[in-house]
Amino acid sequence: MLASSRIDPKRRNNLDHRKRQFAQPQWQQQKYEYGLNFYVLPPTAEITLEEFEEWAIARLKVLSELESCTFRNRTPEETTNYMTPILQKHMPLNPSRSSTAQDERKTDHYSHFILRLAFSATEDLRRRFSRLETMLFRLRYKEEDARERKNFVDSLGATMGMSWEKVSEDEVQELGADLRAATGYAKKGEDEGWFKVDWEKVPELVESRKVLLKRGKAYVPVREQQSLVVAEFGRRLDAALELTARALPRLDEDDRLSPILAHLSQSFTAPEATYDADSSPSGLAPTHQNIDALSQHFPLCMQHLHRTLRQNSHLKHYGRLQYTLFLKGIGLSLEECIMFWRRSFKLMTDEKFTKEYKYNVRHAYGDVGGDANRRGRGYTPYSCQKLLTEALPGPGMTHGCPYRTFTVDNLVAMLQQTGVSDRETLKGVREDVARQRYHIACNRVFEYAHKSEIKEVKNKGVWGEAELDTILHPNTYFKRSFLLKHLGEEGYSGETNER
Amino acid sequence: MPHSTSPELSLQEDSILPDAPARPLEDGLDNTSEEESSAGTQTMDDSITDPASKANANLEDMFEDDDEDDDFSSSAPQASSEAASQDTIKPAPNTSSSDPEVMKAFYQRLFPFRYLFQWLNHSPSPTNDFGHREFAFTLRNDAYLRYQSFPTADLLRKQCIQLNPSRFEIGPVYSTNPRERKALRRATAFRPISKELVFDIDMTDYDEIRTCCTGANICSRCWTFITMAIKVIDAALRDDFGFRHILWVYSGRRGAHAWVCDRRARDMDDAKRRAVAGYLELLKGGDKSGKRVNAKRPLHPHLERSLNLLRDHFQADILCKQDPWASPEKAARLLELLPDKELNKSLQKKWDSAPLRPSSQKWADIDALAATGASGSLDTKALRDAKQDIVLEYTYPRLDAEVSKKLNHLLKSPFCVHPATGRVCVPIDTRRVEEFDPLGVPTATELLAQIDEWARTHDDGGEGEEEKKKVQDWEKTSLKPYVEFFRTFVGGLLKDEKGAVKRERQESESMEF
Ligand SMILES: [Zn+2]
Repeated sequence: MLASSRIDPKRRNNLDHRKRQFAQPQWQQQKYEYGLNFYVLPPTAEITLEEFEEWAIARLKVLSELESCTFRNRTPEETTNYMTPILQKHMPLNPSRSSTAQDERKTDHYSHFILRLAFSATEDLRRRFSRLETMLFRLRYKEEDARERKNFVDSLGATMGMSWEKVSEDEVQELGADLRAATGYAKKGEDEGWFKVDWEKVPELVESRKVLLKRGKAYVPVREQQSLVVAEFGRRLDAALELTARALPRLDEDDRLSPILAHLSQSFTAPEATYDADSSPSGLAPTHQNIDALSQHFPLCMQHLHRTLRQNSHLKHYGRLQYTLFLKGIGLSLEECIMFWRRSFKLMTDEKFTKEYKYNVRHAYGDVGGDANRRGRGYTPYSCQKLLTEALPGPGMTHGCPYRTFTVDNLVAMLQQTGVSDRETLKGVREDVARQRYHIACNRVFEYAHKSEIKEVKNKGVWGEAELDTILHPNTYFKRSFLLKHLGEEGYSGETNER
Repeated sequence: MPHSTSPELSLQEDSILPDAPARPLEDGLDNTSEEESSAGTQTMDDSITDPASKANANLEDMFEDDDEDDDFSSSAPQASSEAASQDTIKPAPNTSSSDPEVMKAFYQRLFPFRYLFQWLNHSPSPTNDFGHREFAFTLRNDAYLRYQSFPTADLLRKQCIQLNPSRFEIGPVYSTNPRERKALRRATAFRPISKELVFDIDMTDYDEIRTCCTGANICSRCWTFITMAIKVIDAALRDDFGFRHILWVYSGRRGAHAWVCDRRARDMDDAKRRAVAGYLELLKGGDKSGKRVNAKRPLHPHLERSLNLLRDHFQADILCKQDPWASPEKAARLLELLPDKELNKSLQKKWDSAPLRPSSQKWADIDALAATGASGSLDTKALRDAKQDIVLEYTYPRLDAEVSKKLNHLLKSPFCVHPATGRVCVPIDTRRVEEFDPLGVPTATELLAQIDEWARTHDDGGEGEEEKKKVQDWEKTSLKPYVEFFRTFVGGLLKDEKGAVKRERQESESMEF
């Protein structure tokens, strides 16, 4: 899959080995006839390492947004509305006549197979991946141009033996009343007609008694073709993932793809998001004096650090680091940040502060330290993923994500202190936390706290859905909150900028 | 029961399984067999108690122990939660069925291990279908041993005689031998791969609508609930799903189990099992939660057929025999299920003046009053639908659907003896399902007495001794028709399996070119 020129010749064998496992020995037409894809044949052409990673991350973003829709119990319509702009931004699939169609389909094809590798290692990952990919397929299937969809479905019959045995007129005559009693009447404009398949192909329709069964055959109305195709997609993907999982141990460990794959699969907790400090809201001028005021826009993790700091006039090391980087992310300059900490540690002598604390702040900003640290301008602010995957804090420590580190009762108490008292929201938070969906709980709280503003930007069309996607970074939380609360005010602009 | 513990019987302990497959089949397996057998025994030593110490335990204790009898199919042992002792359990005619010696003799002489083996093995010579199959034993001290497996019928029999379990359950076929599961490096290498699709119908689920008995008791009137359930489920499994090898088994006390043995059923994953269970499930909600049947109209053909099967039963067995709305309090429940308020008022008025009017008349009153125009706003279709829903609520099968949904659920084996009743879990012939009388099912004790009786009546002074030896013990008893029925059932299954294997071979040959 990788451009061979980039690969150390010694490793060529490994890659060839990989190819043999995932590719069929036949020559593959690289033209993509359809936007929809059952992903039967693995890609065989070469791509660069950058493309490999970039495409995978884009798909991951899409899948995790889909997952958050299920966590939030969005209806299919809401999910479609929410996902359409996100898909358009990260993984567009335009109709065949479009000049970009071939490239988009290639990206879609490759990214699917890359994530398949990344998510086949454990049963849990496989299940999630399969569920989300199947959701994605269903979503695209519904949105696909009717003619292109029909061509695709017809092609399934020829290439993968998904036969659509139409129930003959005679049989319809014979079974007429039963057929309609089982499957209901066709709505206006719908084809009336039935397919006959083994009932095992449509377990969901059987379970809900939406088909007629006769001696092991299910009579499925044409309009249910979608569930048939989608179910088959899921079944094939499950089987393929099993095969991939069995092939995985044979992939060489020092392969250069392994770290990327490992990282991708880790990102499934909450996808990794980076935050670009340069793009904090223009017009916002944070100083050591207005952090207290700004802290109303902080996510719970940072509010907790801020309150603890105010209470104790101190914070332990990891809390300090997490908070410093966050402040750096909102645009607090190094000088202001040092001042902020100096003033906050009220009980400390200047000498002690300078000796033991100042250096760490400068280091975080890249003002001191090795070349690499300074060139990289210090550490980047921590993402939700980072906070959700690091070790739990010990006694007396306050860093991390409170949705994860607090007992649920303490968490709810703290939310109530910060003004979140809505029963539904708190109930949702409890459920999210019980299911370890910490970032979803945080997003839920955000949406509750900014309910009217979100409604406003949506109604006015000022912000698109993509600007209101799932928050995966504390700094994004701050920025979005800040912008929403200063809507229409002069001087504040800029969209949220997670990438 | 002196005859059942007579010394001659125990001499037979090591004799060849009377109904076992011919010995040569096990050639080559003998070494492993011995190891298996002794390994199995060792693991069990700590949990075995001296059966004799339990033998004199009083009756009540035993009933408490076994109250989960019909709950058959836990994936793990469960504490018996139901307070069995509150129920009045009618003891079987002969309560010494729980005598360990009776059970031991039953395993030695009567339990049809050979056919059980063929049933689960799907072939005359031992395969993994049998060898990797999980058996779970409930011992007399209530210890529960899971993940037992046996290469042959003979070894299963030996184990039963040695452990003398009060019952044993059958689980799925696993990807590897269940006894070796711990030796596997990867936990995923040990997974269930096939099992019959099973159903469990238990009278407890009917307690809110049955008026004749309570708790563990049954009589011929309430057994009709089970008969109706068997008819409806059996028809759907055959006509709709196309299954052909469906074995119905009396659970020994107050219910029935179904084993769908077609290969297509055995290979189903959980999603498909859930689909079948969902298709067959109709009643929603626990008791007293309002209307429990709200079927969509037009009725799905499966429900239409079920309604046709059940209508006569409703008239004869529910309205007349169960008389579910006899008292005014119970009649209020009927009114709850009817849609028209005005009509209900007229009905109430009528029934107030004759509170003990039997249910069949109350049921007839509905249409009669509706016809007189008691309600000006009557929606006749809604009333008809509601009446259909009521018929279904009182007759449609009440499945313990969870049992059916999981590939790895265990279910009590056919031909086990129910510890409380002593009755054998015999197959039910669906062609004569109406005739099945659970109270006429033989107990282990009776069967052993019949063997002795047979010997007495055939004691003709040495004539035809050879002939007599060929007669197997079960043939001398009233278990005979049940074993023969099972044998025929298994024969039909094996014939189909052979055909399927042959077809597969032909197909795979034609694929290679
Ligand atoms: Zn009864």
